[in-house]
Amino acid sequence: MRERPFFHPDRGAGCYWGKSMASAPKGMRLFRNLNAKIAALPMIFTTLVVFVGGTLWTVFYSFTDSKLLPRERFVGFDQYERLWGSSLWVTSIQNIMFFGAMSLVFTIVMGFVLAALMDQKIRFEDTFRTIMLYPFALSFVVTGLVWQWILNPDLGIQHVVREMGWTTFNFDPMNNPDTVLYGLLIAGLWQGTGFTMVLMLSGLRGIDEDIWKAVKVDGIPTWKAYLFVIIPMMRPVFITVLVLAAAGIIRLYDLVVAQTSGGPGISSQVPAMYVYRYMFSAQNLGQGFAASTMMLLSVLIVLIPWAYLEFGGKKRG
Amino acid sequence: MASVTTNVAANVGRSSARGPKPRRVLSPRNIMLYGTLILMCLYYLLPLWVMMMTSLKGMPEIRIGNIFAPPVEITFEPWIKAWSSACTGLNCDGLSRGFWNSVQITVPSVIISIIVASVNGYALVNWKFKGSEVFFTILIFGSFIPYQIMLYPMVILLRELGLYGSLGGLVLVHTIFGMPILTLLFRNYFSSLPEELFKAARVDGAGFWGIYLQIMLPMSLPMFVVALILQVTGIWNDFLFGVVFTKPEIYPMTVQLNNIVNSVQGVKEYNVNMAATMLTGLVPLFIYFASGKLFVRGIAAGAVKG
Amino acid sequence: MTNSIEVKDLTLNFGAVSVLKNMNLDVAEGEFVVLLGPSGCGKSTLLNCLAGLLDITDGQIFIKGKNVTWAEPSERGIGMVFQSYALYPQMTVRGNMSFGLKNARVPKDEIERRVARAAEILQLEPLLDRKPAALSGGQRQRVAIGRALVRDVDVFLFDEPLSNLDAKLRSELRVEIKRLHSRLKNTMVYVTHDQIEALTLADRIAVMRGGIIQQLAAPQEIYNRPSNLFVAGFIGSPSMNFLHGATVDNGKAFQFGETKIDLAGYEGGAILERSKAILGLRPEHLTIQDQAEAGKTISAIVEIDEPMGADSLVWLLANGTQMSVRVPVERRLELGKKVHLKVDITKASIFDKVTEQRV
Repeated sequence: MRERPFFHPDRGAGCYWGKSMASAPKGMRLFRNLNAKIAALPMIFTTLVVFVGGTLWTVFYSFTDSKLLPRERFVGFDQYERLWGSSLWVTSIQNIMFFGAMSLVFTIVMGFVLAALMDQKIRFEDTFRTIMLYPFALSFVVTGLVWQWILNPDLGIQHVVREMGWTTFNFDPMNNPDTVLYGLLIAGLWQGTGFTMVLMLSGLRGIDEDIWKAVKVDGIPTWKAYLFVIIPMMRPVFITVLVLAAAGIIRLYDLVVAQTSGGPGISSQVPAMYVYRYMFSAQNLGQGFAASTMMLLSVLIVLIPWAYLEFGGKKRG
Repeated sequence: MASVTTNVAANVGRSSARGPKPRRVLSPRNIMLYGTLILMCLYYLLPLWVMMMTSLKGMPEIRIGNIFAPPVEITFEPWIKAWSSACTGLNCDGLSRGFWNSVQITVPSVIISIIVASVNGYALVNWKFKGSEVFFTILIFGSFIPYQIMLYPMVILLRELGLYGSLGGLVLVHTIFGMPILTLLFRNYFSSLPEELFKAARVDGAGFWGIYLQIMLPMSLPMFVVALILQVTGIWNDFLFGVVFTKPEIYPMTVQLNNIVNSVQGVKEYNVNMAATMLTGLVPLFIYFASGKLFVRGIAAGAVKG
Repeated sequence: MTNSIEVKDLTLNFGAVSVLKNMNLDVAEGEFVVLLGPSGCGKSTLLNCLAGLLDITDGQIFIKGKNVTWAEPSERGIGMVFQSYALYPQMTVRGNMSFGLKNARVPKDEIERRVARAAEILQLEPLLDRKPAALSGGQRQRVAIGRALVRDVDVFLFDEPLSNLDAKLRSELRVEIKRLHSRLKNTMVYVTHDQIEALTLADRIAVMRGGIIQQLAAPQEIYNRPSNLFVAGFIGSPSMNFLHGATVDNGKAFQFGETKIDLAGYEGGAILERSKAILGLRPEHLTIQDQAEAGKTISAIVEIDEPMGADSLVWLLANGTQMSVRVPVERRLELGKKVHLKVDITKASIFDKVTEQRV
């Protein structure tokens, strides 16, 4: 039996706890385990310079009127006012919110239903899983282009159905500003639900067999067991899926570029495209920085409550 | 317990209910279950099928035919054209250029990012130093931050290093942005190894690198395979970094594919487009089908929080 | 005799938690010292500090007269055996045993000679080319001991080496370790929470609690004259019987309820009068008899009789206190019967209730 119930199990010799070091030569402290410190330099550089430094840099310059090059002429919140005054940005935000909400709901419902079906001790489980998950291995560009082709009104599904004699059939989401987001949704779900299913399935498999036995002995119907017993037990898995999906949605970029290029018109623009446009082609860095800061803000809105719930409640160690 | 015994008693009483429970293959439950699954599989398989069929047809057949129908006359012309002579802007040497660019980007990026991340994970577990947990926390937070906010500082950094627009620069970018998930992966794996093994190696006089190379590395080969799968597919499929950090001559395959298919000039050659799309998807698909459950393990491990 | 290990004022804090407090410990050359204590007492932590696997907060450690406080584990001249064996899974038995020597750049023929010798001592010759996965638990632990052996060091550190083995193997390997010690005469520091291991193996036992050594003495001394209430209660199974009462008559007698026990012959210091004291009596130092003897017996009611093979354990209730007495197995007692327990005061211990120290 290991004896360390009340302090953090420390896994190495190189930890320096506390401050007193009366008998230790001071210089040795710094150079002990030097190799470990050298090896950690790439990580330290990445976290401090790129992640923290880069983020602060961008937030800082979002308050300037940088155009072609970053410059320190401060304009307060002007960039943000312009941003929220721009119909392109407002449309992008509306699009991502609509797409995000739909996509979260469908991902979770489809992912869970598929996982529940897969959990019925079915035959060919591996085959089914392989088929459902393969789109996840593909690039968003590939996904976008394939669905662009399938949804092509002149030669795709609409055409095929009309050829079959149903000449008034209309299915052309991609060329209608009101429905283009559904076109993206079909493609996005095609790529992502398999992954959700896998996560949900591993959550279902993690549930104690005895729970199922108890449910059976109590004579509770399967659907009720899922709804009232299993789903509440899978809360952590649902949260993980939610956070991962939300982080992915905010980043949404490649799929839209490939499938619709933001069109028709600006009806499928998303924030990441706005950022790219202002940073790298419209030569208005300040706008790009302000837009990306807004993206960061939206992630923090998702992330901070989650981190608080996951890690804030319990004490470390 | 009581209900089990009564069931047994009842079954003994009825001679008809003996032996294994009769299995009905076509029970309503099974029809619903497998019906739904098969229907869903059609949704997942349809694009692959359409992509494949379209890429094997000639343009005339595509114009008059049905995208779901198999080709009347199989032609590999679109594949050859997509590979060697499809145009992006002024370049007309096909996707092969993008393919080789992607290979040149992916191979060093995968190797370097895995080495760096595995050493990170190892140091974080076995050689904690003051603040190492803080760096790890930032790293994990960093994996959720939209890349957009770090793009421009990264551009400046690469420019200062003289790497902007070069393959080396993109390799660095992939190493940096792949670090969170891979470090998490390796940290979790290394911390599942018994710590006494590490202590024993210390008593045996092995140092930081000695323990890493002689003890940890041989014990974690499966994890390296998982990381390899994760990184090859991830980096091959990247689009954003390719667009931002490289110039047209060294665009990765995904960027070139998008440029070929979504170019506004000329007549749309759907068969060539689909062949190009297939070609781009082949590498990750091959990895996916070859790796089987390891792929699942990789993405699941990446998703599970530390 | 020179000291093989000297620990001076060793303190270890993990953050705000103090794990080892100002500890001093000298281990003589060739001595077998067991660190014994409940989980969380700091015994493994102390061993890890000796090995250099934990950096201490304050104090000094000397091994063979050399200050090794900040030396690397491999430079301290120690060999260590772990609870989980910690064998390198990808290496053969031979590879496991020679890994440390290779790191120390010992010449090849010397490595072979030492591995062969260790294999001979531990009867590992037929297993040398196997991987750890192909070995049983007992074999694995022998390999782990072998790995320490080939280092040709004077100090062996054992971190609960037998805890992962089943009871039978544990006693076999215990004997083997004892034989090893008498053959090699190395200094050994051995961490365990199993008092049988401690009592059978140790030259001296250090009983620890809360990062402090409670008593450091030979096993018999610890058993017979525990320095405080904790040590008395921790050592011995079943535990020592504790009778709460007071010393009276100027320290000449112990008042336990109505009963007065004569303390003439008690081996210890001046008893004095204490309003609150505890009389500790081991189950084997009491005998059951039918007649009362003034000043020498305690009356009790038999509650439960537990035959344990070699002897039998009788649980009784005396003045509201539960007591256990070891009796020969043939002696069967009627439950509910009133008997008298004769006290062997020369083997008893008296503790001050406030300081919990033996008097």
